[in-house]
Amino acid sequence: MEISANTQAIAYLISAILFILALKGLTHPASARRGNFLGMAGMAIAIVATLLGNEVESYGFIAVGVLVGAVIGTVVAARVQMTAMPQLVAALHSFVGMAAVLVAIGTFLNHDAAGSLDPVMMGELSAGIIIGAITFSGSVVAFAKLQGLVSGAPVKFKGQHALNAAIALATVALGVHFALTESMTSLVLITLLAFILGFTLIIPIGGADMPVIISMLNSYSGWAAAATGFTLGNLLLIIVGALVGFSGAILSYIMCRAMNRSIINVVFGGFGSESDGAPSAAGVAAEKGVKSASVEDAIYWMEDANKVLIVPGYGMAVAQAQHALKELMELLEERDVAVKFAIHPVAGRMPGHMNVLLAEADIPYDHVMEMDEINPEFPTADVTLVVGANDVVNPAARTDSSSPIYGMPILDAAKARQVYFLKRSMNPGYSGVDNLLFYQDNTSLIFGDAKDTIEGMVVALKGGGH
Amino acid sequence: MPDTLVALYVFVLSCFIGYYVIWGVTPSLHTPLVALTNAISGIIIVGALLVTGLENVGTAAEIFGFVAVLLASINVFGGFLVTNRMLAMFKKKDK
Repeated sequence: MEISANTQAIAYLISAILFILALKGLTHPASARRGNFLGMAGMAIAIVATLLGNEVESYGFIAVGVLVGAVIGTVVAARVQMTAMPQLVAALHSFVGMAAVLVAIGTFLNHDAAGSLDPVMMGELSAGIIIGAITFSGSVVAFAKLQGLVSGAPVKFKGQHALNAAIALATVALGVHFALTESMTSLVLITLLAFILGFTLIIPIGGADMPVIISMLNSYSGWAAAATGFTLGNLLLIIVGALVGFSGAILSYIMCRAMNRSIINVVFGGFGSESDGAPSAAGVAAEKGVKSASVEDAIYWMEDANKVLIVPGYGMAVAQAQHALKELMELLEERDVAVKFAIHPVAGRMPGHMNVLLAEADIPYDHVMEMDEINPEFPTADVTLVVGANDVVNPAARTDSSSPIYGMPILDAAKARQVYFLKRSMNPGYSGVDNLLFYQDNTSLIFGDAKDTIEGMVVALKGGGH
Repeated sequence: MPDTLVALYVFVLSCFIGYYVIWGVTPSLHTPLVALTNAISGIIIVGALLVTGLENVGTAAEIFGFVAVLLASINVFGGFLVTNRMLAMFKKKDK
């Protein structure tokens, strides 16, 4: 069976509508799964319509590629741990980038063989290769940082920005040269330089800025698809590329706003490195004049509280403490304590990271609140429990105009009657800024692994508390 | 109107749709949003199919196309399934 170009165009239109509805489904958790199914339907229609079109004549390689890809994709999706979601997303972004590069080169070879090259198409083709290659190598670096294959610390050297600018200019110049001369050498050089550029652009950015990086690469993968659409004159690719590109761009903007930083500031490096090499936690604590507390102290305050607000951060993900938190929540609710979770937009390593981990632990999403919803509730809360978060609750962002994080929107954790901080050590947050909240009169620190501490609380509550 | 200009029209208008639709997404679903857009950007598979499936395609182009089909297919299947897995976990409190 073969369908006409017009039928194919209608099928692509339906597919585009389904993708828009799929994204629209994510407006609310209740409609989100249906949205995802609409997306699947859109993709199936697009693939079938392409295969039935008159341009696709040989199917052998295609069948093998799709089949092998389907098996790998299905297995990975079924097995991946929720804490590893940022890595998976980075890996998948790199695939889109690489696919865009390969499609662009393949298109060039096909048109070259048919003698149907034209400068506009070759300009679009270079754009596809450049964006795709940057997406690929940038995502590979992001993956390596998230997976811990390389240090998450920013890698900086003198003349970095000048080098990036030089590579970018050279790449664009070669793109123009290629479009005008059809030179194969230029094509290869563009590809290589763009791969290098992706690498040098992402390597200086620190692990804690990952929410922005993931969003940016998400955006690039969309623009790469759109550029491919221009090359092939395929409107569906253009529509989808624009949707995805804008999605990533908006997420980048939201993440930057939540840190009160401009995208330029993140991309060109701002904050210092994440510090390691912890000095003895309790010793430093005593010197600096913070109070440390035991699990029992915290339980004493929490079991008779009216309201307990929990602020999770990346430390919760590292300690895998979400399941223990769910148990703690249930035990407290049995004692008529209202428990809610307060999420800062940049908590974790990708947008919405905390929400997924809490959902994984079966914590109902109506207990999980965004910053603007929950902030008015802190003054009426009896206890704030901070689990592996730091900068996002630092009052210095409000009060100390000399602080690097001054102006960043924060969770008002400090306004609860009692604040308990679960911490492994006295290391400052990734900004390297000391947290004023530690020294507040109503704050106590509980040192230790977050999961062990919370499990200790659970045991104490099961034992009847105090 | 030349085809490239039509493409530009479609592109710009799609950007506007993207802008309005994405701002409506609830922040709690931002991770599934990234995963879903990832799956959707697997639409690059259409480009890969067009390169690979061409009649009389050269060997080099066929190999490039094949790898592109494979990668994009991982994206499509992996992306949609992992999104589904995540969304299935978002539940209301059972009463």
